[in-house]
Amino acid sequence: MAYFLELLISGALTGLMYALVALGFVLIYKSAGVPNLAQGALVMTAGYAVWLVMSWGLPVWAAIPIAGAIMFGFGLVVERLLLRRMVGQPVIMVVMLTLGLEILLRGLVPGILGSAPKPIDLGIDFAPIIIGDVFINRTSLYGGIAALVLVGAALAFFRTRLGTKLRAVSDDHVSSWAVGISVERAIGISWGLAGVAAVVAGALWGSSQGVDWTLSALLFPAVAVVILGGVDSIHGVVLGGILVGVLGTVIPGYLDSVAGGSTRDVVTSLIILLTIMIRPFGMFGREDIERI
Amino acid sequence: MFYRLSGTYHTSYRADRRLWKVPTDRWLVVALLVLGAFAPLYVSPLYLGSYVLPWVIWSAAALSLTLLMGLAGQLHFGFAAVMAIGAYASIHLTRAGIPFEISLLLSGLIAAVIGAVFGGAALRVKGLYLVMATLAMQYLVDWVVVNVPWISGGAHATLRTPAVSFLLLPLDSLAARYWLALGWAVLLTVFFMNVKRSSFGRALVAIRDKDFAAAVIGVDPFRTKLMAFFTSSFMGGVTGAILAFCFYRAVTPEQFGFNVSIQLVAMVLVGGLGSVIGSWLGAGFVLLAPIFLTNIISALAATGWVPVSQNFLSHLPLMIYGAMIIGFLLLEPLGLAKIYDNIRKYFLVWPFRHARS
Repeated sequence: MAYFLELLISGALTGLMYALVALGFVLIYKSAGVPNLAQGALVMTAGYAVWLVMSWGLPVWAAIPIAGAIMFGFGLVVERLLLRRMVGQPVIMVVMLTLGLEILLRGLVPGILGSAPKPIDLGIDFAPIIIGDVFINRTSLYGGIAALVLVGAALAFFRTRLGTKLRAVSDDHVSSWAVGISVERAIGISWGLAGVAAVVAGALWGSSQGVDWTLSALLFPAVAVVILGGVDSIHGVVLGGILVGVLGTVIPGYLDSVAGGSTRDVVTSLIILLTIMIRPFGMFGREDIERI
Repeated sequence: MFYRLSGTYHTSYRADRRLWKVPTDRWLVVALLVLGAFAPLYVSPLYLGSYVLPWVIWSAAALSLTLLMGLAGQLHFGFAAVMAIGAYASIHLTRAGIPFEISLLLSGLIAAVIGAVFGGAALRVKGLYLVMATLAMQYLVDWVVVNVPWISGGAHATLRTPAVSFLLLPLDSLAARYWLALGWAVLLTVFFMNVKRSSFGRALVAIRDKDFAAAVIGVDPFRTKLMAFFTSSFMGGVTGAILAFCFYRAVTPEQFGFNVSIQLVAMVLVGGLGSVIGSWLGAGFVLLAPIFLTNIISALAATGWVPVSQNFLSHLPLMIYGAMIIGFLLLEPLGLAKIYDNIRKYFLVWPFRHARS
C-alpha cells in the first residue's frame, strides 16, 4: 500500500512537471493555432540558458528572471522569423517547421554549449521528505507547486487587458483585426510567454536530471498531457498532467518487472491514442474539430 | 530549346496520355535507367554500398509515403514502424523456410494489414490529431518490437538476415543487392506514375482536396482512405524488407525509430509532396546533403580555416538537417520538384525568356 501511495504521489508530482512543459504548448496553440512540437527543445534551450546565466556566477533568483527574459526574446524572434511566414499554410507545413526547429535546436545548442549533462543547482535539498512510509522527492514537490502557481498565473493573466486580447485572438483572427487588435503582436507575445514557461520547466527538470539534449524528449509526455487535457485548455493541463503522470508511474511500477521495461512509453502512447479515438478534443478542449 | 516541343504532335488520345510526352524527357529517363543499371560497373563499391544503395532504397520508401501524404493527404508520422514490420516479418518468414520472393510479398501484406489499422485513426480525425495518433502508434510498434523476444530476439539483439537468392540471383554480392533494390524502386516509380492517372489515384486526390466534396461525387472516403493506407503500407513493408536484406543485413529496432519516421517525412516534404522526381531528389538530398556538408566543414576545420570544436562538428549533421527542413519550408514549400520544374521550364524556351503561350 505504501508502495502504491508513493507511486501515486510521485506520479502526480511528475505529471505536474509535465504540465509545466505542456503549458507552453497550450499557450501557443490557444492563441496562434500552431502545434508547437519544438516545445521540448525550447525547454532544453531554456535549461541551457539557466545554466549559462548561472555559470556567470549569478545566484538562482537572478538567473531565472534573466533566462526568462532571454527566452521571451527568443520566442519573439522564432515567431517573427519562422512562424509568421507560415500563416495560411497547411498544418503539415507548420508541424514540420516546428519539428525542423526542434532538430535544429537539438543540434545547435548542445553543439555550442557542450553535450555533457550540465548540473543546475537550485538550492533544493536532495534528501526526500518522509511522511510515514512515503518518500517524496523535493524537486518534484517544488516542481508541482511551481506548475500550479504558473498555471494559476496564466489563468489570471488571461483576465488582464492583454490576456483578454490574446483570448480574442484565439477566438478569431479576422474579427480581432477588425476591432483593432494586433494579431501578430499577440501571437508573438504568446510565443514569448511559452519561452518563459519553458524556463521554469527547464530549470526544474534540469535540476532533477541535468541539462542535456534528453530534455527535449519531454515533448512526448507533454503531447499526451495536451491531448488529454485539450489542446486549447490551460486548466486542462493540470488535470491532464496529473492523469498522465499517475498512469505513467503507477502502471509501469507494477508492469515493468513483468513486461520487460519502459512500459511508460506504452502508457503514454495509449493515452494519446484512446483520447483521440474517444474524445479528440480532450477533456476540456473546445469541440471545434472537424469530423469526417 | 533543350526540351523541344516542335514536331511533337499528339494526334491520338493514346499519344496524349503517355507518361513522358516530350522526347527529351523520354531520352533522359532512358539514359538515367541505363546509368543506374550499370552503376556497379563504374561506381566504386564503397560509394555504391554507402551512398547509392541507401539512396535508391530510401527513394522507394519516400515514394511509398508520398502516395499517402502527397496523393491522399493523410499525414503519417509513424512510417518507419510500418517498414520495421516489413523488415522483421520478412526475416522471420525466410528463416521459417519460405522462399524469399514469397516472403517479400507476405511481409508486405502483413505490413499493409497492420498499416491499415493505423489508418483506422484517419477515419476519425485528421491534421494535427492524425499526426499525434500515428506518432503514438510508432511508439507502440517500437515497444512491441523491442520487448517481444520472439520478434526482435531480445531487447538489444541484432537479427542477421539469412542468405537468400532472388529469382536465382544470390544476394551475397553488392551488385546483386543493388539491382534488386533498383528494380523495386523502378517498379514503385512506374506504379506511382500510373496510379496518378488511374481512377484510384484520382479518388485519392479528391479525398485529399476535400473529403466531403469527394463523398458527394461518389468517392467513398472510408474505403479510399483505408486503401491508401493499405497500398502505401504494402509498399513501405516491402521496402523495409529490402532495406533489411539489401542494406542493413542485420536489423535492430533502433534502425526504425521515431527519428527515421521524421526523416521520411522530411524527404517527402523537401522533395515536394506527391511528386515522383521529388521523392528521388528529396531522399538523396536529406540523406546525403548533411553528410557532404559535414565532410566539407570538417575538412575546412582540419585545415584550420574555421575554428570549430569537435563537439560542434559531431552535432553538425543534426543542425544542417534541421536547418534544411526549415529552409525548404520557408523558401520553397513545393520542394526540389518545383526547383527542377523551374529549371526545366527555363530550358524549355531557352534562349528566350518566355514562351508564347
